[in-house]
Amino acid sequence: MQTDLETTGMEPARPEGGTAIELKGAVFTLPVLKLRSVELGAIEHELKVHLARGLNFFKHAPLVVDLELVRERADKLDFAALAGSLHDLQLFTVGVRNATPEQAERAVAAGLAVLKGGITRDNELASSEKPVAEELPVATEVSRRRTRIVSQPVRSGQQIYAKGCDLVVLSSVNVGAEVLADGNIHVYGSLRGRAFAGVSEDTTARIFAQAMEPELAAIAGNYQVFDEPAASRLYGKAAQIYLDDEQLVIAPL
Amino acid sequence: MSKVIVVTSGKGGVGKTTTSASFAAGLAGRGHRTVVIDFDIGLRNLDLVMGCERRVVYDFVNVINEEATLKQALIRDKTDSNLHILPASQTRDKDAFTREKVGKVIRELRDNFDYIVCDSPAGIEKGALMALFYADEALVVTNPEISSVRDSDRILGMLAAKSLRAIKDYEPIKEHLVVTRYCPTRAETGEMLSLDDIQELLGIELIGVIPESEAVLNASNAGIPVIRDEQSSSGQAYQDMVSRFLGEDVPMRFLEVEKKGFLKRIFGA
Repeated sequence: MQTDLETTGMEPARPEGGTAIELKGAVFTLPVLKLRSVELGAIEHELKVHLARGLNFFKHAPLVVDLELVRERADKLDFAALAGSLHDLQLFTVGVRNATPEQAERAVAAGLAVLKGGITRDNELASSEKPVAEELPVATEVSRRRTRIVSQPVRSGQQIYAKGCDLVVLSSVNVGAEVLADGNIHVYGSLRGRAFAGVSEDTTARIFAQAMEPELAAIAGNYQVFDEPAASRLYGKAAQIYLDDEQLVIAPL
Repeated sequence: MSKVIVVTSGKGGVGKTTTSASFAAGLAGRGHRTVVIDFDIGLRNLDLVMGCERRVVYDFVNVINEEATLKQALIRDKTDSNLHILPASQTRDKDAFTREKVGKVIRELRDNFDYIVCDSPAGIEKGALMALFYADEALVVTNPEISSVRDSDRILGMLAAKSLRAIKDYEPIKEHLVVTRYCPTRAETGEMLSLDDIQELLGIELIGVIPESEAVLNASNAGIPVIRDEQSSSGQAYQDMVSRFLGEDVPMRFLEVEKKGFLKRIFGA
C-alpha cells in the first residue's frame, strides 16, 4: 500500500546537525470510514456514489477505517483487500480503530496501523461514510489552528485549499477560481468564484466577503449555485454565508 | 539592463501581434535597441504585420536548433535600424522549444538589446508558457468583453505561478493592462465592458487604451506597425502607451465619446 510521510503524522525528515531525521508529533484531522457492512462490494459501491457526488477533496486522502459497528462481523474481513479497493478509489488507508485484538493483529499483518482513542465529532445528519474529524493519538505537540493568508488575487483556473485551517484572501477571488478551506473563508475583496468552507464536514464554518458575488458557495458539502445573482438583494454587498439546518443562509454583515 | 516583455492575453484575436509590433516599433523609435520575437510557431503573423515576410530566411526554431546563428536569423526593420525581428517558423512544430534552449537565445539577445518583446501565441499551452517564462514585465492585452477578460485573468495567474520569476521566488513580473478595440460609444451604452469594469475585474494597472479603428487593419495589411500612422487615434494611443511604459506621465486619450460639433452635424464628419 502506498502512503506518504505526511499521512503517518510525522513531518518529512530534515537532516539537521548530522542526524538524518527528526521525529515530531503533529495533529492531523483524518477522515474516518465507519463501516456498517463487511461486504467489500457494497462498501466500494457506496463510496463510489459518494465520490461521484463531488467529494473529491478526499481524493488522495489518508483514511482511518472504524470497525466499531462491525466488530462482531469483521473477523473474516480481508484488510488487505479492503485497503486495496480503497486504494483503487485513490483513498489511502493508514489504519484501523475499534478493532478487537485479533482484528488488530490481522490489520497489522495487512500493513495497517492500529489507532487507539480519538475523538469523533459525529454528525447525526451525515451518513456514517462521510469523514469526520479525529485526533491522532500520536500527538505530543498540539499546533495552533493557523490561518492561511493569500495576498494576491485568486485568478481564474487557480485553486487554493487551506488545509486544516481558515483561509483569508486579502484581494478578490475571480470568476473561475476556487477557494477551499477546512475552516472559514474570509475574502476582503470580491468573492466571484467558487468557495467551499468547512470541507471536512465542519458545519459551523462560514464564508465572509466584502462583496458577495459567488458562482457557487458550499459549507460542509451543502452547496448553492448563484446562477441568477442579481436576484439576491445582497449581491455585491458585504455578507456572510452560514449553514442553518442544511440550508445555506446569506446574511448581511 | 535589458528587459524582457511578454505580450500575452490568453484569448486569440485580441491584438497581441498588433500590440507587439507597435510597442517594439515605438521603443525602437525612441532610440532603444529592440527586438521582437514571434513565439507563435506554425502560425507566423508578426513578420506580416511588420512587413518583412519576404525577407525571412532563418527563423527562431533554426536558431534554437543551432542551424543558424542569431545574427543570420534577425531581420532588421526597413526604416528603423534599432528594430529587429526574430520570426517564427511556419513549418516546424513547437516541440523544438525547451526552457534551456529558449533561455540561451534570450540570454544572447539580452547582451545585444535593451528591450526584448515576446509576442505570445494565444492559449495557455506550451508556446504561451514559453513566451512568458523569461519575462520581466508583461503587457496583458484585453478586449472589452467578458471572455477576453476571463482569459486574461487566467494568464495573469500563469504569470504569477509559471514564470521563472515565480519559480525562483524573485520579484514578480510587472503586469500592465492594455485594452484594445475600445469603443467609447459602445462602452457608454453598456454593450461593452467599461474600463472601470475591466480594471475592477483584473486588478492591474492600466497602461494603454487603444481605440477601435480602421487604421489598425489598414496598417496590418500594409505591413507597417500602426504606431507609425501618426494621424490615427490608434497610432497615437500606442505612442502614449510607450511613453507610459518608459515612465512618462501621459493622460489617457480617446476614452470619451466624441461630441459632434454644430458644423460637423450639418456637414457630416
